Amino acid sequence: MDDSDTAGAQAPRNVIEVRDLVTHYGDRMILKGVSMDVRADEIMVIMGGSGSGKSTLLRHLMALEHHSSGTMRILDQDIEKLSGVELVELRQKLGVAFQGGALFSSMTVGENVMLPLYEHTGLDRKTMEIMARMKLEVVSLGGFENLMPSELSGGMIKRAAFARAVVMDPKILFCDEPSAGLDPVVSSALDDLILNLRDALGMTVVVVTHELESAFKIADRITVLDRGEILFIGTPDELRADPSQRIQNLLNRVAEDDTLDADAYLNRLTGETPAYRPL
Amino acid sequence: MTPTDTRNPIVALTERVGRAVVAGVEEIGLGAMMVVESVYWLILGRREKQAVRLGAIAEQCMAVGIQAVPIIALLAATIGMMLAIQGIHTLRIFGAESRVTIGISFSVVREFAPLITGIVIAGRSGSALAARIGTMKINQEVDALYVMGINPVRFLVVPALVAMLIMVPALTLFSDFVGLFFAGVYVNLDLGISLAAYMDETIELLRVDDLMHGLGKSVIFSVLIAVIGVVNGASVQGGAEGVGKATTRAVVQSISAIIVTDMLFAFVVTR
Repeated sequence: MDDSDTAGAQAPRNVIEVRDLVTHYGDRMILKGVSMDVRADEIMVIMGGSGSGKSTLLRHLMALEHHSSGTMRILDQDIEKLSGVELVELRQKLGVAFQGGALFSSMTVGENVMLPLYEHTGLDRKTMEIMARMKLEVVSLGGFENLMPSELSGGMIKRAAFARAVVMDPKILFCDEPSAGLDPVVSSALDDLILNLRDALGMTVVVVTHELESAFKIADRITVLDRGEILFIGTPDELRADPSQRIQNLLNRVAEDDTLDADAYLNRLTGETPAYRPL
Repeated sequence: MTPTDTRNPIVALTERVGRAVVAGVEEIGLGAMMVVESVYWLILGRREKQAVRLGAIAEQCMAVGIQAVPIIALLAATIGMMLAIQGIHTLRIFGAESRVTIGISFSVVREFAPLITGIVIAGRSGSALAARIGTMKINQEVDALYVMGINPVRFLVVPALVAMLIMVPALTLFSDFVGLFFAGVYVNLDLGISLAAYMDETIELLRVDDLMHGLGKSVIFSVLIAVIGVVNGASVQGGAEGVGKATTRAVVQSISAIIVTDMLFAFVVTR
């Protein structure tokens, strides 16, 4: 093994690099000099309470907002310096599963999943249908492609959103509050889905959540935001062991609201372990 | 008591009016930007690897135009007959009811056909456009388009705008024929003038300029309806209630804009 190989093994490549990011909404400063990296193939969970700025940070990572100062590089490209066409090309390498799914209500599930292919590839319809069906199979929604979003449950909508987010085989998958509004069983199954997608499709995943249990289950590393500042970046074990009073207060506060364990909950209901299942 | 309450009422009123004017100017600016951006995507979309889809335009043409045919036909027929009734009633005072065709022809083609078509499309399609874009905005579907690398103006606005530009003039023309025909039917029943004679006189009276007067207005109406619908949809805030407010606002603004524009157009072109 030569030196470069050794260096590569020691320092994982960053797919996202944020430096001193400052953003404002009107006169109010939302992010106050945030710096963080996301490494290739890891699951990075961004946590924080309401108003911590985690959703704003995610919108910046998705290149949906302009920042006031600082730099942000995604897949080695400074997004503030990209032209319109370059930004479109970059976005094709990003997948996003929105909090509410954001499926287009006038399209079937299959058409929703096919839309990025239809817009960005020259593939014929048959091929696109096959690819969409494959992604729907990955999220356990095979056979649901002809249904309208209004005919799906909350969990199924999120799964369909995941299928659409990964249909172009993105390098980075962003998930905004994947468990929000779901019961613990469905929420746990979605956590499994995120882990499976990362392993099966080999992508970096950035998850924004306020659910502690979900964060500890899926995260390789966790970033904790509080009032627009980064409080902590590290592994779940490091977070648990961190002696900082602010962090312990945060964990205790979340834990008080989130004591239900999904596996135990399902076991009580059905006597089963929540395996990877269609919702 | 807040500081605002202690201010001079005239100052407070001036400030409110000023804010409303600024908001209005901002909306007009946003509307103008939408039009410019739409033209850009229509012409240069292919170069930007985001061509406007003909299928999307056809879909919108169907929704804006074809599905509106029955209601336009009904209202155009009603207006045509109403003009005939009122025209005959008025001219009978002078014993000149046989000259009613003049009033009907010009009124329908230059005024009522574009106006009624514009109002119906504003109520049907302008509101639907505002509701659709507003709902998509609050459901993060517009954000989803951005992150998928799909420009929302190209994807949502251009097909609607082009469909309006095609279908509103087409429906106005249709409305011309229906209005004139049913007015002729009433004239035939009331005055005994044959439909053929009525049509001959109508064709003889009307010039291409008269048709173009109505069609020109309908083109302006179509842009107004689309832009007002999009701007109101894009400014939705506050969930479902916000969508309802934006939809109502879009209809009221569109119809007001159509009527005011109609008067200005008539003033400028007719004098």
